Amino acid sequence: MSVAIKRRRANWRWLYYSLLGLTTLFFLVPVYLVIVTSLKEPATINLATTWQLPEKWYWQSFAEAWIAFAPKLLNSLILTVSATILSALLGSMNGYVLSKWQFRGANIIFPLMLFGMFIPYQSILIPLFQFLRGIGLYGSIGGLVLAHVVYGLPITTLIFRNYYAEIPNEMLEAGKIDGAGFFGIYRSIIFPLSISGFVVVIIWQFTQIWNEFLFAVTLSRISSQPITVALANLAGGEAVKWNLPMAGAILAALPTLLIYILLGRYFIRGLLAGSVKG
Amino acid sequence: MKLNRDRITAILMLLPSIILLGIFVYGFIGQTAYTSLTDWGLNPAQALAINPEIKFVGFDVYRELFTGFIDVRFRQDLVNTFFFTIFFITGSLGIGLLLAFLLDQNIKGENFFRTIFLFPMSLSFIVTGTVWRWLLQPRGGLNTLPTLIGLEPGQFRWLTSRRQIWQFNWQDLPYFTGLLVAAILILITVNSFRQSRRQRLIISLISLILVLAWTFSGARSVELLPYPETHGFNLAFIGIIMAAVWQMSGYTMALYLAGLRGIPGELREAARVDGAGEWQLYRYVILPLLQPITLSAMIILGHISLKIFDLIFAMAGADNATTDVPALLMYLTTFRGNQFSKGAAIAMVLLIMVAAVIIPYLWTSLRSEVKR
Repeated sequence: MSVAIKRRRANWRWLYYSLLGLTTLFFLVPVYLVIVTSLKEPATINLATTWQLPEKWYWQSFAEAWIAFAPKLLNSLILTVSATILSALLGSMNGYVLSKWQFRGANIIFPLMLFGMFIPYQSILIPLFQFLRGIGLYGSIGGLVLAHVVYGLPITTLIFRNYYAEIPNEMLEAGKIDGAGFFGIYRSIIFPLSISGFVVVIIWQFTQIWNEFLFAVTLSRISSQPITVALANLAGGEAVKWNLPMAGAILAALPTLLIYILLGRYFIRGLLAGSVKG
Repeated sequence: MKLNRDRITAILMLLPSIILLGIFVYGFIGQTAYTSLTDWGLNPAQALAINPEIKFVGFDVYRELFTGFIDVRFRQDLVNTFFFTIFFITGSLGIGLLLAFLLDQNIKGENFFRTIFLFPMSLSFIVTGTVWRWLLQPRGGLNTLPTLIGLEPGQFRWLTSRRQIWQFNWQDLPYFTGLLVAAILILITVNSFRQSRRQRLIISLISLILVLAWTFSGARSVELLPYPETHGFNLAFIGIIMAAVWQMSGYTMALYLAGLRGIPGELREAARVDGAGEWQLYRYVILPLLQPITLSAMIILGHISLKIFDLIFAMAGADNATTDVPALLMYLTTFRGNQFSKGAAIAMVLLIMVAAVIIPYLWTSLRSEVKR
């Protein structure tokens, strides 16, 4: 019986592998084109030879893109790191309270907090813009950090709340018997167990904030521009040669791509956590 | 006593986040809603005044958006979003399910394939858009692909085509809405008949009859616009849909794969012992078990697609009217045109569409959590 099943399944395997090959091609073709174009001499880039390998490897585009984008990459880095750390710390505290110190009304407050991560940010953009201008943060990295911390709170809170829900309450009881209070329990029991939770949240927030565009394009000035805006501006101009935007796209993609390749497991956990049930 | 103090500390620690979100989400939404009911930015005199006088005008701006002569672009944007959403969700679900199914077959190098299918999720929509913009240049990239095997190059102008298919008259919108609702009701009726749930059957049957009666009698005479106005599916969206599916189908694959891995092996064995072939196993055992995942994926993808902004910005530019969507139009009217109240009104329409999808979802998924 089981031999028969195996044989019948074996017949399909060539189909599976050829389908996998086709889909892999679909996912990798754009990558091939980006790399090839970024390594071509600008004069040799034309639409007819799009698919051919460069005749001569030309690294100059990366140097040029680096000079143009280095300040923007630095802006993105400062923005992303500070907003990620702040929203992760706040999210951890919120998750601790919501999972271990349930109070009346928490069942109403939590969904109301969560709703904040689904709204189209256009619906808060005009007041946010006015508010940041009012307190003098419009056009600064600080203003962007503030926006990303606040609107990052729902997802970080959600991930930590679901994460802490797995920690058995008996451990907390033991801590209470030892005389530990709210902060004592957090410091000696919860926080030491949070490392992989923090990794998931930090990776998620880093990727989101690094890649974000709407806040970046409406709330920044040239001096505080993140990389996504700079890239969109460069590629949007019709006159440019394509080697530069392609090299720029690679530079802009590299940080999040590296994180994904090195820590993919945690990235996927963040991805799945976003669908609420966690 | 000590316990009590800890409890207060806990609430105090949560308070800053509650206040921040209260102001930045709900306070700001309220302010946007109010702005949408004024004429801020619509009266040219305001631009010159130091303290512009902003008048309350009620729902005038919304009326303009849906029935006004000038705002025809907004209505086409709604149609664009509708078609984009349908194709984007179908494409991402279909390819995601196919990939998950393939990876579930004890494939050699599964990790390698999974990494490749999911890597676009780590990219910015701006990066994806920049790359696909190059791929879809009218006389290069994808269009020259056929020449590699000796065929004629493609002629389709991916992002700039002005062709529109499936055109309909905006005045017929109530009629088509009626037909759509009727189709959904038919599905519900058939389902409740199969599951022999009598009460639901009766209710849905009565609603179906009422909707059909209205659709074929009253719907045509509702006057939305005083003149005919055609809208349809802009073919320039095909390329954008492809790029969006390229980026997001890895996500549905991950969801489905997690679901497939959660199905106990005994269940599959049991089905096989009962003589089910692979196809029957998937059709009758596994796919039904994946249905809740399909629903959450549809909702998550749906709200992403309603909000889609950066991908189109990077691929076709913000000013390309044929590939416009409400999220982009809001940006243009507000930050380039300074028509704040109109921008706010578009944002509110967007918010209502997203809320209609998300609130039921949050409601049911959190309620089932409490039950668990």
